[in-house]
Amino acid sequence: MHRFLLKLSSSSFTNPLRNSKPLILPRLLSSSPVTASESPPPSHPTTNRFLSPSGYPDSYRKSRPFSSNSRVRCISSEAGRECIEYDVLIIGAGPAGLSAAIRLKQLCLEKNTDLSVCVVEKGAEVGGHIISGNVFEPLALDELLPHWRQEQAPIEIPASSDKFWFLTKNRAISLPSPFDNKGNYVISLSQLVRWLGGKAEELGIEIYPGFSATEVLYDASDKVVGIATKDMGISKDGSKKETFQPGVDIKGRVTLFAEGCRGSLSEKIIKKYKLREEVNAQHQTYALGIKEVWEIDESKHNPGEVIHTLGWPLDPKTYGGSFLYHMNDRQVALGLVVALNYKNPFLNPYEEFQKLKHHPAIKRILEGGTVLQYGARTLNEGGFQSIPYPVFPGGAIIGCSAGFLNVPKIKGTHTAMKSGMLAAEAAFGALHEGSNMNTYWDNLRDSWVWKELYAARNYRPAFEYGLIPGLAVSAMEHYVLKGKVPFTLKHGKADHEATDLARKCKPIEYPKPDGVLSFDVPTSLYRSNTNHDHDQPSHLRLKDPKIPEKVNLPEYAAPESRYCPARVYEYVEDEEGKPKLQINAQNCLHCKVWHVTSKIQSKT
Amino acid sequence: MKILVAVKRVVDYAVKIRVKPDKTGVDTQNVKMSMNPFCEIALEEALRIKEAGFAKEVVAVSIGPSQCVDTLRTGLAMGADRAIHVEASSSFLPLSIAKILKSLADVENPGLIFLGKQAIDDDCNQTGQMVAALLGWPQATFASKVVLDKDKKFATVDREVDGGLETLSIDLPAVITTDLRLNQPRYATLPNIMKAKSKPIKKMTLEDLKVDIKSDIEIVEVTEPPKRKSGVIVSSVDELIDKLKNEAHVV
Repeated sequence: MHRFLLKLSSSSFTNPLRNSKPLILPRLLSSSPVTASESPPPSHPTTNRFLSPSGYPDSYRKSRPFSSNSRVRCISSEAGRECIEYDVLIIGAGPAGLSAAIRLKQLCLEKNTDLSVCVVEKGAEVGGHIISGNVFEPLALDELLPHWRQEQAPIEIPASSDKFWFLTKNRAISLPSPFDNKGNYVISLSQLVRWLGGKAEELGIEIYPGFSATEVLYDASDKVVGIATKDMGISKDGSKKETFQPGVDIKGRVTLFAEGCRGSLSEKIIKKYKLREEVNAQHQTYALGIKEVWEIDESKHNPGEVIHTLGWPLDPKTYGGSFLYHMNDRQVALGLVVALNYKNPFLNPYEEFQKLKHHPAIKRILEGGTVLQYGARTLNEGGFQSIPYPVFPGGAIIGCSAGFLNVPKIKGTHTAMKSGMLAAEAAFGALHEGSNMNTYWDNLRDSWVWKELYAARNYRPAFEYGLIPGLAVSAMEHYVLKGKVPFTLKHGKADHEATDLARKCKPIEYPKPDGVLSFDVPTSLYRSNTNHDHDQPSHLRLKDPKIPEKVNLPEYAAPESRYCPARVYEYVEDEEGKPKLQINAQNCLHCKVWHVTSKIQSKT
Repeated sequence: MKILVAVKRVVDYAVKIRVKPDKTGVDTQNVKMSMNPFCEIALEEALRIKEAGFAKEVVAVSIGPSQCVDTLRTGLAMGADRAIHVEASSSFLPLSIAKILKSLADVENPGLIFLGKQAIDDDCNQTGQMVAALLGWPQATFASKVVLDKDKKFATVDREVDGGLETLSIDLPAVITTDLRLNQPRYATLPNIMKAKSKPIKKMTLEDLKVDIKSDIEIVEVTEPPKRKSGVIVSSVDELIDKLKNEAHVV
């Protein structure tokens, strides 16, 4: 966890303090301490068990004065934790979370009312944990902030060409591009999110970077009422350090989870309320994206050029491909995306990415350049079939935590933003007009997000049958069918079940890095700017600490030592010479790959 | 007694920096900025002195562009009572900062001025010393322990020096610059960050302070250090001597 995590103003474009609305200060009540640690104070009407269709008890809606000055600080008796309440609490300051926050405040302005909105973000600054290709489709942004072009949004480089190559070891065969990025822009998503953060703060939204939500808080009727932030200043062995500060409870009348792909708390909520079962959704499937930003030679730089590749270095059974986008300032974003249902446990996505850079067509672009940054993140590939029911008692799930990425387009930002906006509209309705949070689900299904994801639903599952059938179906879908078929293909096994036994697979020999185009993990990690205090508990905890040595290592040749792009999982010899799993949590890039693939199945 | 703490907004210590292609400086666009770690330690010490009852007020001050307000809010969230932002468009060198701080000290009359020993972006290690000289006050730099006497007449400061530790007794008012081992700065908790929003930040300009800044230092060029060449394994002592003599020219 970063120590000085404060960045109250995330934008370098505006001074939010100059433009922000007058701050609404919490009213301090001299409340008597609550005796029961879990149940809310007696005046809080959620103890009324009769729930209206809105999911909120009728008395709750009527007795609670609708005003943001109703934010009350209550001191709960549990270990001196403070509790802060808002009308809407959003977990995650990414495209979905910030879009939801902005939309809420816009609705407040329209209806001449106000809601207190708080966004908590685990990154040290807004945009700090955002990583994406990114070729941005401005559809949702046009709806949210139609004047973005005049407001210095960091969206400047229009996509100028769409190249699509099939790579063999030495050649790049140009194929007709299935992408049409006309009207889209090559951007840095983290810069866009920073800008959105500035816009949000101008509207009076409180954003708190550097605070991660560690657990969900429920009331007596099992409704989500908020989250608890992590205690700070705890040493590696769990004891309190001199700098110990307890976390706080942050509550919201509506809580929106926008944690991104494989959100830790979102997954718990989906499991608890059985949100996938509710709509017969399939499991989510994932891919790991590994990315570098390079500064290349001026002569090779072509701003707006968009290249996608398929084929080498991945084998025909492994779904994935690479991207290379020319941004501004002589920078290119280059990455490899590998679907995580790969069969060969000897596959190392990081090394495959290093191999890719040596391909003549890629090498030609990178030669003479320098790497600036490195990072990795999982992304959703489940699409339409895996969308869970996104509403639960107390709130909803938005963005990639639910899973709205359009796989054939490889774009999820615009759908994430739109989902945030729709959830905000539903939340506003629920808080202001007494309607139901379920309108989020209804509006989602009526929106272009649904239409888009429905049309794209059969591309990815077709690849379960192999590369050629997949490409054939993709071509059919793209040119002829466009999703208008009466059937929906299903996903194969869950990613963590797809790995074959090691003895059935061939180990893969990877070349050593040359230090110019390809690099070893420590060098790449240095460029990722990841930084965890060494003296803090590991955030990666095993459900069963015996599984790695009992199952992963003997039967699957320890795939975790290969799929992690930060070399967090290493097998070292203990005092008796036996291999033992060592978790180097400090290296972690928070990509979430281990939650997905591992037979270990993380505890958190 | 009032304690004035000068804090600087610098590139976060964990960020991997790079030099701008035009060599005018380090690229700070879209890079995480934070309070200088030594300034955090300085502020922490001031807060501890206040909590021990020796001071009534801790005032944080920062000199720079409007984004410095973020750094000051961090300071307020840690526990400073109020803050002063001296608006300045360009990044000033230590002497200019020292002159501004002297002017502020004349206005605020603090009993102690705390600064970090140096900023991690320029590593100058000059500002604290210059402030003390301009004010004619005693100074104790590289402090690893500060103890005030109960009448607040003097402070006993352990300094980290090359040979070990040196203990000084300095009369107050004085300037103290802080070193790493002085304390472990506290986290700013969420409730404190919220409270900090309502604490006052006073804006001042150079004209208000009647300070005339004329820098006589100009940064000509900033380049990265030369890349470290990889080591060579020599096969014999003779080869080593030969290399030291003819290639490295050190013998």
